[in-house]
Amino acid sequence: MASRSLIHESIGILREAVAQFERPVLLFSGGKDSVVMLHLAMAAFRPAPLPFPVMHIDTGHNLPEVIEFRDRVVAQHGLRLEVASVQASIDTGRVADVQGPRSSRNTLQTVTLLDAIAEYRFDCVFGGARRDEERARAKERVFSHRDEFGQWDPKQQRPELWGLYNGRHHRGEHFRVFPLSNWTELDIWRFVRDHGIELPSIYFAHSRQVFRRDGMLMAVSPFVEQADDEHAFEATVRFRTVGDATCTAAIESTASTPDEVVDETAVARITERGATRADDRISEAGMEDRKRTGYF
Amino acid sequence: MSGLLKFATVGSVDDGKSTLIGRLLLDSKNIFDDQLSHIEDVSRRRGSEFTDLALLTDGLRAEREQGITIDVAYRYFATPRRSFVIADCPGHVQYTRNMVTGTSTVDLALVLVDARHGVVEQTRRHTVLTSLLGVPHLVICVNKMDLVGHDEAAFQRVIDEFTAFAAKLELRDVTFIPISALAGDNVVDRSDHMPWYQGGSLLHHLETVYTASDHNLIDTRFPVQYVIRPHTTEHHDYRGYAGTVAGGALRVGDDVVVLPSGLPATVAAIDGFDGPVTEAVEGDAVVVRLAEHVDISRGDMLCRPHNRPTITQDLDAMICWMDDQAPLRVRGMYALRHTTRQVRAMVTDLQYELDITSLHRNRDATSLGLNAIGRVTLRTTAPLFVDDYTRNRTTGSFILVDEATNATVAAGMIRPRGEGTHGA
Repeated sequence: MASRSLIHESIGILREAVAQFERPVLLFSGGKDSVVMLHLAMAAFRPAPLPFPVMHIDTGHNLPEVIEFRDRVVAQHGLRLEVASVQASIDTGRVADVQGPRSSRNTLQTVTLLDAIAEYRFDCVFGGARRDEERARAKERVFSHRDEFGQWDPKQQRPELWGLYNGRHHRGEHFRVFPLSNWTELDIWRFVRDHGIELPSIYFAHSRQVFRRDGMLMAVSPFVEQADDEHAFEATVRFRTVGDATCTAAIESTASTPDEVVDETAVARITERGATRADDRISEAGMEDRKRTGYF
Repeated sequence: MSGLLKFATVGSVDDGKSTLIGRLLLDSKNIFDDQLSHIEDVSRRRGSEFTDLALLTDGLRAEREQGITIDVAYRYFATPRRSFVIADCPGHVQYTRNMVTGTSTVDLALVLVDARHGVVEQTRRHTVLTSLLGVPHLVICVNKMDLVGHDEAAFQRVIDEFTAFAAKLELRDVTFIPISALAGDNVVDRSDHMPWYQGGSLLHHLETVYTASDHNLIDTRFPVQYVIRPHTTEHHDYRGYAGTVAGGALRVGDDVVVLPSGLPATVAAIDGFDGPVTEAVEGDAVVVRLAEHVDISRGDMLCRPHNRPTITQDLDAMICWMDDQAPLRVRGMYALRHTTRQVRAMVTDLQYELDITSLHRNRDATSLGLNAIGRVTLRTTAPLFVDDYTRNRTTGSFILVDEATNATVAAGMIRPRGEGTHGA
């Protein structure tokens, strides 16, 4: 099966990066892609412990189930967790908080992320991004160079041939490394199903208070201000992606097991980000613009 | 049949590569509703008469503004028979290095040819490159058949032109298919417009092309990528050699030798992703444990005692120069990455530059500029364990890195030393 070669490719990438870089870190949000990436990383170095810490960029606007899950996974596997907090970036004046009913701290994360990379002197940041998610990501290399300002230059990407990855860089620069580049949403779910991977409960159908915004179902949350005409109602939903509560929507679904989610994903007619991500709706090149300045 | 086929789309600008991919995805029902409505929307806003399927793959702002492909875009789709990874490659000469990036690992290349213009310079260029890169299967899609009245003679003319040109190349498997990417003729479904064409549709060909014999099953090569030493009480004596099998197979109990030391050893265990396995084949990322205590580090290689790679500090190679800042120069020093090994290398000789459209060898060349192809001799600071690229795309390939800028400046394909032909 295709997924077998994907697993081998990802493990090879994780090991290659650890061999080439001095201070790697793995971004762990508790989302399904980062959970799968973490499992592959642990497998890649077994029986040795994970040779790098994991880091969560915390907007402070999370769904509580995800934070609970994050802490449980970290404790269960004895991982080192660094939390870089957007609230701390606001408190120290690095960024100004966003205001208004439709505000989201999503873009503020870039500053927090880059500050944390500089503070810990990380030279390799593993991200769970996949090329099938979004058209700018479809263009990105597996080993993706960032300059001293954390910027991605999509027109000057290093050629990346065969399995030969070039992670050489100058001091202060870093690489984003994407072991799941060639996975699709369906590959992720099949892996979750076949290997019994635990995910936050919000990935499976549950009853929740939601309201409708721009055709999407947003969870009722203390961090999201509802307009007067955005009435809350109860629905059976699940999340296809997990970001911060202000920019991630749920979908109506009764899929309550990995098996059922695989079946649902196989026949989905809407992409996962199209169905659920308010942050991609900003403009045609929303993701590319954010990535250029250092976003995930 | 292998469950996964990686293929690249190449060809000249405006020959319709991105449109063809859009058509493949659309007609095989692999485009999501929100993606389709998005590109319909953008096409309408731009005053286009039809939905511009190229918008699906041209993901960068500059690409959408200029209507061209600058860098490789990767797309994924599946049919009940197979999963596919598409590397949609740029057509412009100036982005050849990105085309080479997209083509280096694929099983098959689709070369788009405009039926009205026939084989043009960029067709030749990309065909030579796919041949140099050792892509095992080639499909020549003669596109825009609707614009030549679905005329069989136009199709035959392209076949004749291509065959005459390709006679000088080593191409193992070439298939010609007349299509219209815009209208969908012979892309997913067979067309009613070309009853004279007896072959299957493009998708049918992609689903059924046989790739299992493309892999090297004979020469066992295991470059050591990373040494796993847990340093824990529980696994105090554990020492595992992680890597990806680069050819042949390793089995528990196999006799191996370690390069460069040449010491013999025996495979005691192989750890796969979710537990011990008895065998690992090409492409498997595993951890090998040996019965003997031997000193092994990253960059070493395990192979079979009677089937060893060439151990050498002198390389003869075809290279594609990819740096836009400075040309390749004789006597230049570069960092060289080969499998998991990094050494330094000096260019000792530029034998010739290959004119990629005429296949003429210019032996007076003194440097190689951006996107130039040439035959060079290199001397490395430490031995490498190499095979001829045509036998093994992993142990036969390397990249050169500029030591000052850290940019990847060349892709190299190792040729047997002293071989007289260009080997393309």
